[in-house]
Amino acid sequence: MATTIVQPGGTPPAITLPVNGRPHHTAGWWGMVLLICTEAALFVFLLFSYFYLDAQNTTWPPPGPPDITLAVINTILLVVSSVPARLGMKSIRRDSRGGLSVCIIVTMLMGIAFLIIEAIEWSQKTFTPQTDAYSSLFFTITGFHYAHVTVGLLMLLVILLRNRAGHFNARRHLAVENTMLYWHFVGVVWLFVFTTFYITPHWWR
Amino acid sequence: MATATIETRLHRLWETPNGLYGFLASTDHKAVGRRYLVTAFVFLAAGGVEAMVMRAQLIKPANHLLSPEAYNQLFTMHGMTMIFWYASPILSGISNYFFPLWIGARDFAFPRLNMFSYWTYLMSGVVLYTGYIAGVAPDRGWFNYTPLAGPLYSPGLNENFYCIALLLLTVSTTVGAINFIVTAFKLRAPGMSVGRMPLALYGTLTASFANVFALPSLSVSLTYLYLEHRFGLHFFDVAAGGRPLLWQHLFWIFAHPWVYIIILPALSFVSMIVPTFSRRPIIGYTWNALGVVATGVLGFGVWVHHMFATGLPPMAMSFFMAGSMAVVLPSAISIFVWLVTIWHGRPVMSTAMLFVFGFIFLFVIGGVDGVFTGSIPADWQVTDTYFVVSHIHYVLIGINVFPILAAFYYWLPKITGRLMSERLGKWNFWVMFIGMNVAFFPMHNLGLLGMPRRIYTYQAGLGWTATNVVVSIGAYVFALGVLLFVLNFFWSLIDGPVAGPNPWDSASLEWATSSPPPPYNFAVIPTVRSRDPLWEERLGLGKRSEVFEGPVISDEEKVTMGTTPLDGMPQQVMRFPEDSVYPFLTALSLAAICYGLILGLWGLALGGAVFAFFFVTGWLWYAPQPVEV
Repeated sequence: MATTIVQPGGTPPAITLPVNGRPHHTAGWWGMVLLICTEAALFVFLLFSYFYLDAQNTTWPPPGPPDITLAVINTILLVVSSVPARLGMKSIRRDSRGGLSVCIIVTMLMGIAFLIIEAIEWSQKTFTPQTDAYSSLFFTITGFHYAHVTVGLLMLLVILLRNRAGHFNARRHLAVENTMLYWHFVGVVWLFVFTTFYITPHWWR
Repeated sequence: MATATIETRLHRLWETPNGLYGFLASTDHKAVGRRYLVTAFVFLAAGGVEAMVMRAQLIKPANHLLSPEAYNQLFTMHGMTMIFWYASPILSGISNYFFPLWIGARDFAFPRLNMFSYWTYLMSGVVLYTGYIAGVAPDRGWFNYTPLAGPLYSPGLNENFYCIALLLLTVSTTVGAINFIVTAFKLRAPGMSVGRMPLALYGTLTASFANVFALPSLSVSLTYLYLEHRFGLHFFDVAAGGRPLLWQHLFWIFAHPWVYIIILPALSFVSMIVPTFSRRPIIGYTWNALGVVATGVLGFGVWVHHMFATGLPPMAMSFFMAGSMAVVLPSAISIFVWLVTIWHGRPVMSTAMLFVFGFIFLFVIGGVDGVFTGSIPADWQVTDTYFVVSHIHYVLIGINVFPILAAFYYWLPKITGRLMSERLGKWNFWVMFIGMNVAFFPMHNLGLLGMPRRIYTYQAGLGWTATNVVVSIGAYVFALGVLLFVLNFFWSLIDGPVAGPNPWDSASLEWATSSPPPPYNFAVIPTVRSRDPLWEERLGLGKRSEVFEGPVISDEEKVTMGTTPLDGMPQQVMRFPEDSVYPFLTALSLAAICYGLILGLWGLALGGAVFAFFFVTGWLWYAPQPVEV
């Protein structure tokens, strides 16, 4: 365990402190948590706009409640993709770099499948982003989420490359913890987007 | 261990290399702070010149110095420059320079992110002013209401500049806020529990939390407006099921907390200055700290008071009126804390203290006419008149500019190592104070007489002419006062007396190191055991804190002490990254994306995004460091 001797000049005896401590004590982990806070707030305001216009319009959504088949598949895909993400983190905590690589690749494949299915769903819509306020919100908010999944995939790609370069071990893998935390967030926030766009129109009407 | 050799080695370890590389790659928080201060002051000067031109236009009726179009761009740029590119960044500048010094650390938790925050701030300002130079600056007012700002009534690139320049600024502000929060909770000197933090931290921390949760609302509204303009989407357009009020809700959900973001740090600077010049510790530390936090929290529940005239249901508005009135309580606590501290102390009437007194005076006036505008019936009378213009300037100049001037007179000697002239400083104060009141107090009257804000000229015979002359003269006097400050600053650089480490005999940690501080801030990490570590012996507490002896931790690696968030107990040794040009290159790529989005050059935007990805990857690519076991 990496240590540095610290010598307080006064009464307390010299103490020994770890370098960069446990992952959840590091500045980097706190930074990621705060980034997620501000991203979560972003989705709060996006969905606020949806419910605001929902309340202000008599016909909502104008094309009628959407078909939920593809969205349900996507929801299952993204939620389940948190499992290999979690397993990857456990692998590197046990110092298994091979296990981490496999888990990252599985997570990424599920994320890519999500993006493809989402693109298919977009292409099947009868409206375009320019049709009306509902369609604009639909494409903007799912588009925001799409961008977040894409960024998550890029982060996974970077930690995959860094893992192959041998940057991580059982003690030093903060980037893995942070990326996986972000990935879980992307999945959780999708549940809110999904509920808003696909469940509430069926539920309230 | 001989301390001299340790200091030399620390210096060699922490100093920034000279030359262009050092300039672009430096991550020293003191360099970031200085650049923030200078850049924000340049924006203050730009906004000030814009104000002077506006007052020249309004000095007489039916004046045609400016065309209506030019005037629209002018008042919009004045508002945006002052509110977004001056008021918050100048506070970030002071906090960037002093945050690690206040808490006894060697740098911020994320030094590279800190520099990135500065570069993106600079580039967002450059993007905004590119629009002004090209003659397509935003021209619909700083809060930019739809549908006037929508694609139908505002074709052209003006709104693209508005949206994208502000979006880039939100990136800068968000990462800066995260950096402040993590630094405050992880890097405080051992023993500095939350109850012993300098009060300045509470203002900056509250503002940072407000930034984290409020800025996304601005980002969302800007994205919507940009998509309307560039791609013809519908969010604010009634014919397609949108609502113009959606813009106002999203904008004010952000912008009311923003008011507190640009005043709370300034209030907390005052809480540092008052005890020093009252020669006693602050009375009501806990009340003051909690009052600041409570103001920040309440700030999220008052946004509708900007929308009283939009026809919302009276019941809903009443709640927001009550919320707005409730803000009076925590702000009054702060004022009473300062007054009681001064009352029970032996006040020294330094220039900084004069600015504090001026600030309290203006804060009360701005607060009282805030009570007018916060009550629905009075607001319906005065909304969109010069009464509101007067209120916003009493609040922003009173609670932002005056405390910042106080902070400059107090802290600039720490940065430059030279004291400013107290004599010129007193001239500086009185000229600004008189100019401020002559310019803005009569505006209340103009508003009550019905002069609307944002008109480029007016007819004679409405009873506004004489007052407008007085207002313009006051504005020029105020500008003269700001010039006196600039003069005093340059005089201090050339001929000012040497400040020494603690010229005001203050109590907090930043005065325990030399002026200007060395690149490593403190030779040893101090241990803090009271709220006023440098005053303990004279307060009869005995010597508790250890400011000048303690752990060096390492003179071979850039590290500092990481402590627990609440109690400030030693927890870990934190490594700092080396200097890097990646933050600068990433900010440059973001600026390329911005220009691409504004001008519709998608190749440029995409290229910027690809470069940004590679630069961020390079930034975060840490090879494992050898660790001693």
